[in-house]
Amino acid sequence: MLTYVIRRLISTIPVLVVVALFVFLLLHLGPGDPAAIIAGDFATPEHIAQIRAKLGLDRPLHVQFFEWAGRLVQGDLGVSIFSNVPVATLIHQRLEPTLTMTVTTILFAVAVAIPSGVIAAWRRGRLADRVVMVLAVTGFSLPVFVLGYVLIYLLSIKAGMFPVQGYVPLKEGVWACLRSLALPSMSLGLVLVALIARMTRASMVEVLNQDYIRTARAKGLAPSPILIIHALKNAGIPIVTTVGLAVAVLIGGVVVTESVFAIPGIGRLTVEAILQKDYPVIQGVILVFSFVYVLVNLLIDMSYGLFDPRIRYDG
Amino acid sequence: MSAALEPEVGAATAEEPATGSRAWRFVRRNPTIVVGGLILALVLGAALAAPLLAPIDPLEINVLVRLQGPSAEHPFGTDHLGRDIWSRTVHGGKVSLLVGASVAVISSALGLFIGLVAGYITIVDRIVMRIMDGLMSIPSILLAIALMALAGSSIGNVIFAITVSEVPRVTRLVRGIVLSVREEPFIEAAVASGTRTFWIIVRHILPMTVAPLIVQATYVSAAAIISEAYLSFLGAGTPPEVPSWGNVVAEGRDFFPIAPWLILVPSAFLAMTVLAVNMLGDGLRDTLDPRIARRM
Repeated sequence: MLTYVIRRLISTIPVLVVVALFVFLLLHLGPGDPAAIIAGDFATPEHIAQIRAKLGLDRPLHVQFFEWAGRLVQGDLGVSIFSNVPVATLIHQRLEPTLTMTVTTILFAVAVAIPSGVIAAWRRGRLADRVVMVLAVTGFSLPVFVLGYVLIYLLSIKAGMFPVQGYVPLKEGVWACLRSLALPSMSLGLVLVALIARMTRASMVEVLNQDYIRTARAKGLAPSPILIIHALKNAGIPIVTTVGLAVAVLIGGVVVTESVFAIPGIGRLTVEAILQKDYPVIQGVILVFSFVYVLVNLLIDMSYGLFDPRIRYDG
Repeated sequence: MSAALEPEVGAATAEEPATGSRAWRFVRRNPTIVVGGLILALVLGAALAAPLLAPIDPLEINVLVRLQGPSAEHPFGTDHLGRDIWSRTVHGGKVSLLVGASVAVISSALGLFIGLVAGYITIVDRIVMRIMDGLMSIPSILLAIALMALAGSSIGNVIFAITVSEVPRVTRLVRGIVLSVREEPFIEAAVASGTRTFWIIVRHILPMTVAPLIVQATYVSAAAIISEAYLSFLGAGTPPEVPSWGNVVAEGRDFFPIAPWLILVPSAFLAMTVLAVNMLGDGLRDTLDPRIARRM
């Protein structure tokens, strides 16, 4: 197991290097002088020169990369051009809303999607299956902000059940915090529900068609909930894999959802950075999100043994 | 039955019901393709006939009628500058469809080419797939945002930014097909009979990628339409002077509580279009190749 973990960790290094190289080159791939782009349309030549010196853009490319990568390895993501605050600090300040929102969203999505997918597989071809599958395609097609605004309109403005916008930090009470995250999690979670429910259904249908399930049914075992739960464990690997890949969709959605619901998280930080052309912040956010995505999928790879003890990690 | 008894009549009339029922059978067997295709045709028709359907200039500012609710003159109301929302929505469809179609075509062509080369030349495969794995580890909206922040807002740049994030998925699909088809006996036979590699790729491998590629391209265009809307919504997409669904929604944000139609109308069009494209994709997948797993 340990050698497998180490081998997998090593295998992610090239991916992370490519990500870092790409994020570094972003600034240099664009047309024109990056310092002039960052400075904006009305910048003076002195201002542009100042930015160029600050970002080290006046030195050779490879020198810039190795200095930048060297600092990156030590956890230094650079300094915001706009506020002069280290990017790592900025991200840390905005971490809580984003983290709580992603956790509630994943919990919501899994809690809705897996039972729906199981029911659809169990009743396949029947009405329940059709309903779940139609809802899944719809959920997959609804952009986050569309659902977000519809929910705000119906449940906040009309019914007054939830706050319209804003985020209540955890330390001001868990319940108030969860209430402020209810609508964002639902709007952000629907895409995940759709993805995970489809995969749960497909994987369950596959397992329910296996010989040992047929044998169990031939012996007179009804497709009881218990049987379904046993089958679910065997259908687990594609489902958790989908959850891992859906994290990418989730991260993209976070940026939009935080704008819709005025949540001061990393997504808002990204949007503010785009509008201010604050490139070190944009680079930092992309790096952090991509590393998290790679890490989550690494952990999911390693969890396969929990679902299927035949998967061993030696050899 | 009657055809057997009266061959001279049957020969003439049997043709028509046969083709009629064949068309009907297609509709019954592929309801998603038909419904998706019809909705998409409507949206496309509306976008092409935008000047006829919505004669009011989508850019025309008239502060006297700002933030008005639906009326006979403005069926979906007006925004904070008095611009007609129906007009802006119908014209906005052009941007979404253009981006959806362009990204699908360009990323399929690039992905096909890179995938074919990578699947056949090992050294290229090693390098290219490392790069593609890296690109795929960056969530696609973030990648597009970063590219847009540098490139500046224009529809061409939106297409470029979204294409960059979609190419790796197409490449991976094509490469996977190439690697599995290469092992098939008919390829071995072609090699043994002296067919040159170039012709093996063109004659035997390329045709195997067509069906999955069409399905994938449909999903890519649905994803691209959503990405364009997200980018424009965040202020990093289509330039503000061009009405696109994302732009119209973004501008309506501050007035949403008093004028919900500003957001609900373009949103409804956006959701319906994406749904239609996805239904088309699902239908095509089931018809063309049941084995393709739905992409993430």
